[in-house]
Amino acid sequence: MSPMLEAAFIAGLLGAMMRMATPIIFATLGEIISERAGVLNLGIEGIMLMGAMTGFLVTLLSGSLWIGVLAAALVGMALALLMAFLSVYLGLSQHVSGLGITLFSTGLAMFVYRLQVGSPTVPPTVEPFKQITIPVLSSLPVIGPGLFRQYALTYVAWLLVPVISILLYKTRIGLKIRTVGESPVVADTVGVNVNLTRTLCLVAGGALMGVGGSFLTLAHQNMFLMDVIGGRGWVAIAMVIFGNWDPLKGTLGALIFGFLDGLQLRLQGLGFKIPFHIFLMIPYLLTIVALIGVSRKATVPAGLLKPYRREEKTG
Amino acid sequence: MIRFRLAKRAPLPGWARILIPVAAVVVTLILSAIPILVAGGHLLESYYALFFGALGTRFNLLETLIKMSPLLLTGLAVAFAFRAKFWNIGAEGQLMAGALMATTLGLSLKGVPPFLVLPMIMVSGFLAGGLWAAIPALLKTKLKVDDVVSTLLLNYVMIHIMGALLFGPLQQPGSSWPRSSEIIEAAKYPILAPRSRFHLGVLIAVAAVFVIWFINKKTVFGYQAKAVGVNVRVAHFGGINTTSVILWTALISGGLAGLAGVGELCALQYRLIMDISPGYGYSGIVIAMLGNLHPVGVLFSSLFFSVIIVGAQTMSRMTGVPSYIAEVIQGMALMVMLVFLLFTEYKLKVVRKS
Amino acid sequence: MVTAQSPVVSMRSIVKSFLDVTANKHIDFMLYPGEICALLGENGAGKTTLMNILFGYYACDGGEIFIKGEKVLPSAPKDAIARGIGMIQQHFALVPSQSVLENIIIGTGKGIFLDLKAAREKVLNLQERFGLHLDPEAKVWTLSVGEAQKVEILKALFKDVDILIMDEPTAVLAPSETMELFKTLKMLVQEGRSVVFISHKLNEVMAVSDRVVVLRNGRVVAEKKTAETHTRELANLMVGRDILERIEKKRIQPGRVVLEVRNLNALNDKGLAALSHIALSVRQHEILGLAGISGNGQRELVEVLFGMRKALEGEVRVLGAPLKMGHPESAIRLGMGRIPEDRMGTGLMMDLTVEENLILENHGSPEFSRWGLLKAGKIRRFSEDLIRAYAVKTAGGDALTKSLSGGNLQKVMAARELAGRPLAVVASQPTRGLDVGAMEYIHQRLLEERERGAAVLLLSEDLDEIFALSDRIAVMYEGRLMGESLAGEASREQIGLWMTGVTT
Repeated sequence: MSPMLEAAFIAGLLGAMMRMATPIIFATLGEIISERAGVLNLGIEGIMLMGAMTGFLVTLLSGSLWIGVLAAALVGMALALLMAFLSVYLGLSQHVSGLGITLFSTGLAMFVYRLQVGSPTVPPTVEPFKQITIPVLSSLPVIGPGLFRQYALTYVAWLLVPVISILLYKTRIGLKIRTVGESPVVADTVGVNVNLTRTLCLVAGGALMGVGGSFLTLAHQNMFLMDVIGGRGWVAIAMVIFGNWDPLKGTLGALIFGFLDGLQLRLQGLGFKIPFHIFLMIPYLLTIVALIGVSRKATVPAGLLKPYRREEKTG
Repeated sequence: MIRFRLAKRAPLPGWARILIPVAAVVVTLILSAIPILVAGGHLLESYYALFFGALGTRFNLLETLIKMSPLLLTGLAVAFAFRAKFWNIGAEGQLMAGALMATTLGLSLKGVPPFLVLPMIMVSGFLAGGLWAAIPALLKTKLKVDDVVSTLLLNYVMIHIMGALLFGPLQQPGSSWPRSSEIIEAAKYPILAPRSRFHLGVLIAVAAVFVIWFINKKTVFGYQAKAVGVNVRVAHFGGINTTSVILWTALISGGLAGLAGVGELCALQYRLIMDISPGYGYSGIVIAMLGNLHPVGVLFSSLFFSVIIVGAQTMSRMTGVPSYIAEVIQGMALMVMLVFLLFTEYKLKVVRKS
Repeated sequence: MVTAQSPVVSMRSIVKSFLDVTANKHIDFMLYPGEICALLGENGAGKTTLMNILFGYYACDGGEIFIKGEKVLPSAPKDAIARGIGMIQQHFALVPSQSVLENIIIGTGKGIFLDLKAAREKVLNLQERFGLHLDPEAKVWTLSVGEAQKVEILKALFKDVDILIMDEPTAVLAPSETMELFKTLKMLVQEGRSVVFISHKLNEVMAVSDRVVVLRNGRVVAEKKTAETHTRELANLMVGRDILERIEKKRIQPGRVVLEVRNLNALNDKGLAALSHIALSVRQHEILGLAGISGNGQRELVEVLFGMRKALEGEVRVLGAPLKMGHPESAIRLGMGRIPEDRMGTGLMMDLTVEENLILENHGSPEFSRWGLLKAGKIRRFSEDLIRAYAVKTAGGDALTKSLSGGNLQKVMAARELAGRPLAVVASQPTRGLDVGAMEYIHQRLLEERERGAAVLLLSEDLDEIFALSDRIAVMYEGRLMGESLAGEASREQIGLWMTGVTT
């Protein structure tokens, strides 16, 4: 009896880990692409919220989940474009531009949602994604039911990790992106369009962030609440640092966070005496601790945070 | 093909620097027409509702000033920190720390002489917020941890600390909601105008403007903080103890946010609830930027924001435009201000291309 | 069609201005195939600006450009590269954290994936042909300056560049590396390529170029075949007058030892040894010139002396009082005037006012503050006095420091550091990047300090400067002091040898 419970517990935990980690993986990958090109996108939390809201609303109105996801991606791209305009083309402080985008997007998300949905006593819901079981692999003991009975978007996230790794390290575009992030001057000298590269990276990142947000309202839950993102965008920012700007390592961090998130839920279910909120705190505290461990040796892309303006070079 | 480039311009005269935020406010108000129209509101009716709701009657005006109080304090907190390039995004958590401290003391100082209660609470609330900000400052100076991320993450930690306490030891006996009991009478801020909620905290916030202005302009510490913010390496070269400067900046910044929390608790709510702050800490960032990080600028921009927030409630009641428009306007104001600030240093140049 | 007589590059009547300075005033410049053309001029004459326009890095405000007979308006480096022009900037355009190969191939090739194998083959090929041997996988930050320059050249050759622009390429090279470079350049032009060699070093221009174009104050003042001119003539053309700065150095008997460094060992930022057993002393009324190419530990030595870096062992004393390592305020309190090399990086806070910069080091002293409050009136008078005494051209103490011109920035820096009559002055590359007028000013001030009785330690790459100002000369190489001699007795050959690590 006991070993079965154990296996079921672990399987459940693994499954929860993947589910909880999915939006963070999307967000972290999106942020890595931006930061590798030299732009810190603090609009991430707001973009994820707009993605969550837009995905939900569009699905509510159209009846199609994938159209909702697509809409979330497009909204993310639009907001990232605005971020690019402010921080890349105008060269405004990346910190403040990003925070402005988050504040604006947060207000916009709530405004549009309230406009469309009003304030009903029972909030509207959608028919969420169903989990897809992968044949054969899901029959593996313990990890089978845990890892291979997930939402489609989770599988997409898995696939994105190696794709983005290959993109960054093995393609010409990847070398351009990394050079723009390390030394925009060098990239410019060899003919790479620095601002365009940064913009495209921001936009690609925005799409991923939007999709990550929509996961929370279309798969994980089936409704939209104002605090649905709950700081996951900031966690992604921390995961980028934790993973030393590498897609694989950043995803590892996201998985750890997802694991702790899932663990906290389960431990409550098992009747542990520690207050619920202490558990909620643990992932954030551990993220800070992880940052402490990593910040000394972090190899920050050298061009991060600096806007690139050619004429500024002294004649 | 015509392309635009940004080129540096000669520094603008002093009067232009004051005009810029004013222009930003005007442009923002004009741009606000877009969400109003999208929401189906009548422009004139909406703008009228907005301003009337904020300034039209004695009661409304006092409510606007009451709303300004926490915004002013968090705005000052953020401005003070940003000036030294300590990116304090954690004013929200520091505010809650102050409110938490105020609640704890406000419930337990029963035997203390009444005239001591409020000062004790204010000082402790200030310290609580200050210490919550000092943690990320320490992490930044000693361990090179990014202050944006650490201050942000601590906001969420504080929310959960509050949650743990409000569902635990601080919870009002007999209630199933996360709220505390009401604080004792001696802990409540005196109301200064009859038939209103206008309280002492508003005057404290305004006084803080002058205190911060004085620190910035007249003290050795203010000079050092400015130097550290402009170029920390040169400041260090010049013999300034940059670690100490950043730590004290964090203490004061967090302390101001903590005071905002004390105010919300002791003047308005009288008990601790999860929603003690509807994002005042984050609004503080916009307010600080709009005020160009100058205390007097922060005063005016916090007034502007409280007009928007209070007015939006009335506008929502009278025209059906969701009150969330206030947040939308905040976000727009920030971006408009950023763009305007940019054009104080640069101008557009047309460049021909073959 | 480009024939042997017609120019491969032709720039006509080029005009370019920045903010309030016109860097290029109707410049005509031609470049012919198979030649090394030197672009000669002082700092600020407009040479780099002109080439940056050709390379597409800047857009010119007026004029025409013809490349290989075609009229063009390069608006981005991409355009220039596409036409076969490559430029190697003064500060290398390399990414330190990436490998040699990655740095070479960035921006080249077709297809989605990087073809590292083919690229490596091509690079090894080029290395053989031109004698530029390097490990393609090595990370650039591990390379020496001379090796990094080779990477830059390989980058250009990889792109089949036939017009190569080099901006002050020998500024950071040891004499032997310079010879190697000249050999490489001569090999390049043998095959019909052209090289533009930007420099202000007359001897090198005479050694390597076929033709010289002299710029002064944004205008072309002369164009000559190198074989038909000589250094004296070029010097006059460059400055418009006899270049020899008349440095009047009074004979003074040095006094007691003021600045003493004993057995200093220190690490650099990467944790490698930067300073080994450095020991020196400087006396009153004396200038000790520390020569050496940068990268040999000067930065770390200066940082230790400034109080910005802790040493592993050893001590620094001013009049016997020890310096508290890693504490800049200790250096200040000991009476050290410090003139850092990158005046905008470590010296002045550009976004603050002139007054705020002037009181940086003494704002907390009882003279200017009481109970934590600043004495505004005293500070105002102090800064006004200094501005007057040092003849700083500015609107006033309230002017933003970034509004000042380069020479005046140097004056503010000098005023701040020297007004307190320091016991010792440590100056690190104080005249790098300055025009002749500012350079003379700094030299004047250093000599005045020497006369006043300060002990002056001067670190410089400029041998002319070292020989002109120093009473004693020492050389730093790989973190060690190679040798020391009295200025009158030292020969340039000897110093040059020490600079490359050769002990006698």
